Formats: sequence, C-alpha cells, structure tokens
Amino acid sequence: MKQKNRQMIIGTVNTPIREIPQVATKLYWGAVKVRWLIGRDHYLVAPGLYATGKPDESSDVFVTANYKLSFDHLRKNLDGIDAWILVLDTKGVNVWCAAGKGTFGTSELVHRIKVTRLGKIVNHRKIIVPQLGAVGIAAHLVKSLTAVCPKPIPGTIKQSQTNINPRILGEIVDHGFRVIFGPVRAKDIKAFIQNRYQTTTEMRTVTFNFSDRIKLLTVDIVYARYKLFAAFAIMFLLSAIDPQGVNLIQAINNGLTAMILITLSYFTGILITPVVLPYIPVRMFAFKGLISGFFLSGILFLTGDLGVGYFGIAAWFLLLPAISSFMTMNFTGASTFTSLSGVKKEMKIFVPIQIFMVSTGLILYIINNLT
Amino acid sequence: MKTMVYIKDVVTLKLNQDKCNGCGMCVKVCPHAVFNIEMGKAEIVKQDYCMECGACALNCRQAAITVLSGLGCGCATGIIENYFAGNRKDCGCSSC
Repeated sequence: MKQKNRQMIIGTVNTPIREIPQVATKLYWGAVKVRWLIGRDHYLVAPGLYATGKPDESSDVFVTANYKLSFDHLRKNLDGIDAWILVLDTKGVNVWCAAGKGTFGTSELVHRIKVTRLGKIVNHRKIIVPQLGAVGIAAHLVKSLTAVCPKPIPGTIKQSQTNINPRILGEIVDHGFRVIFGPVRAKDIKAFIQNRYQTTTEMRTVTFNFSDRIKLLTVDIVYARYKLFAAFAIMFLLSAIDPQGVNLIQAINNGLTAMILITLSYFTGILITPVVLPYIPVRMFAFKGLISGFFLSGILFLTGDLGVGYFGIAAWFLLLPAISSFMTMNFTGASTFTSLSGVKKEMKIFVPIQIFMVSTGLILYIINNLT
Repeated sequence: MKTMVYIKDVVTLKLNQDKCNGCGMCVKVCPHAVFNIEMGKAEIVKQDYCMECGACALNCRQAAITVLSGLGCGCATGIIENYFAGNRKDCGCSSC
C-alpha cells in the first residue's frame, strides 16, 4: 500500500499547516486489474488531504472515498485543475456503497475536516462532495458540526449546550463548511465548474447503460465463483449414483457434462442476461434470468446436449433456469435502479420457485441415474 | 437511452408537502430525478424511478421526506447474507 501511494505522489505543496502530498493526474493500468479483483484488497489510499496541481488557500476541495478506483477517477478528471482532494476513510469501498453503509458519512467527513485542519488550509468554506455521497452525508449537519464559536462567557450559557448548535451563541468565528453536491460522474467536473458549481439534471442522473453493465460483470463473475465450485461438487457426487450402487466412470463422465451445463447457465444468468437486460420484457431480475435460462435449456435440448433420458432432460430444464434466475437476481445489487422494496418483493416470489426447481431437478436427476 | 424502470408501485418514498419549504435539496441529491419543485413546494414526479437510496430523506432538514432505505441499494445478495448472518450492517458484497 505504501509503495502504491508513493508511485502516484509526485511532489508536495506547501501550506501554513504542513506539506501536502501532490498526486499525479495521469494514470497507469491499475484500474484494469482491480475490476478483476486482482489484489483488490490492496487498493486502498491513505485517508487525508492531497493536492492536484498547485492549489492555494482559495482552491476548491473535492471529497472522495479511499477506494483507489474512486480516487483515481477523481484525480484523472482534475488534470489541469489546482485543487485539494479530501480522502475519507471508507475502508476501501467506493463512494456510493460506502455512503449506503454510512462510512462515507457526515461524521467521517466532519472528523476528516477537523484532523486535516482544512479550515486553516483554505480560506473559503465550500466543499464539493460527489452527489452519490448524499446517501450518507447530510449537508446541513456538516455545516453546523464544522462551525466554530468562541468559548462562552461563564454563567451565560452551559458548556454542554455549545455542542448542540453553535449558532445559539450568536457570535460565530467560523460558519462551518457548506457542502455542494457535485456531479455523479467525475468526468463532468470541468463542466460543473464552468456551470458555476451547479449540476444539470444530466449530471445528477445515474445511468445503467451498456458500458456501465459490462464494467460490473467482471466483479460479479469472480465474486460468485465459490458457489459455482460447490455446485460442481454436488453434481459429481449425484452423478456417481447408479442402479448397482456407485459408478465412478459415470461420475466423471456425467459430472463433467453437468459441470459444463451449470457453467453455461451460470454465465447466462450473470453475463448474458445483464448484457441484454432492457430487452427482456419483464421487470423482475429473477424472472429475466429464468427466461434466459429456459432459452438456454431449449437450445441445449435441440443440440442434444441435455442427454437422452426423459428424467435427465426434465431435470436440466428445471436446474438451468433456476441457476440463471438466481444469478440474475443477485445482479440487483450491481444495478443502479433497483429499490430494496422491489428486491424484497421479487425474492418473495422467486426464491421459493428457485428452491422448488432445484430440489425437483436434483430428484429427477437421481431418478434418471437409477432407471 | 431511456432509463430502466424497476417494479412498479412498491417504493416506500413519501413526501409531506405541508412540511416542505421548497429548498430544492431533494432535487439536487436524487440520482433518478424523482423530484421537482413546483410553486415553491417539492413534488414526486417519478415515484417508480426511486431506488430508495435515502439521500433525499437524509438531506431534508424539514424532515418532510421518509423512505425505507436499508443499505442504500436494493441488493438480493445483501438480503440473503443478512438473512443468514443476522442483522449485519455490512452487506458483505464485494461488488459494492
């Protein structure tokens, strides 16, 4: 981690408080590796204050998470701008998800403003937070919690009250930081600055287009791999069953076929369905995955890859759509437009269906081996 | 490209217009342009586009907005992990 930080730091900027590390605004290929979870745990940035270009006391302050990809996106888009970057400690999680969990939140931002002594480094009281951080950051609370008032005259006000709202004292030496919610995407920062720090509806709206979906696929594929291996193991064991007891050759032959079929349905649910997401004319993700899983089963049936036994074919027509349905259902977390209430609703309907299909499918698979 | 819409009529987002002072913060923080300011009051114009992230409710100093937001995203993996691991704060999902 230290070494990673050293690579991106290219100098220092002097301030009245201390020297602030200056980071490069040109990137290398780290972003490719992180999407495949290669060494993802090491992709943390030390929280604190950084500089791009040569900022001074009047320069803008941009807030981000300490997930390296978030940080890199920001500094790349600050190329040519003299600015401060305030990195919050989100345990290496991106802005939006960390905001949902509360780590990219009001208290961490207030804490980070205080420990970096930001109020002494800049002379303005404006701080730009990416809009998706609003899930965790309450702008009005940041302002009152960073406000500073002089010590009360003894007897006029109770000491404890000073922590509630500094404004009640009347005399305020620092009005606190005003949070401005900036654009969702860092690439809009320059347009946002030109627009006099106002976001347009377009800058504020989250999309989920083709390239957004593709970027998320790799993470999901790698993440769910253990479930896939567990399914392989079960199918090898069940394939060993035959009317005479246990048949190892059959276990290997049918187990390998099962492995290929399961892998195909896994990728149908996790890769093909998300890619064609808007073109499957139902709303529930589990239903979308179920439909594409049936399509897959149909194709494999026509090519003869589901075997010849009636029970076996029926088993695969239940198992493959169920797996695909389950995997697509889990893609709700990666999507950017599903609500918690909606996901709960579709799980109430489709989880029982998936369980029924898998259990019936496995029983039919065993019956097929015994007949 | 048109925004994708999820399941209709399930969203828990509610706005109390009597409390609203028309500051427009909800419009500024909403990632799906659910709100609009009309005649000095906020109104919900696209209820079904809401993903229950909770940004509007958190940033409404008038407490005029309520929404059941959970972890800020609708995530089946998170719901499953919470079901088995009890009420953990973290969804444990590495895609977020």
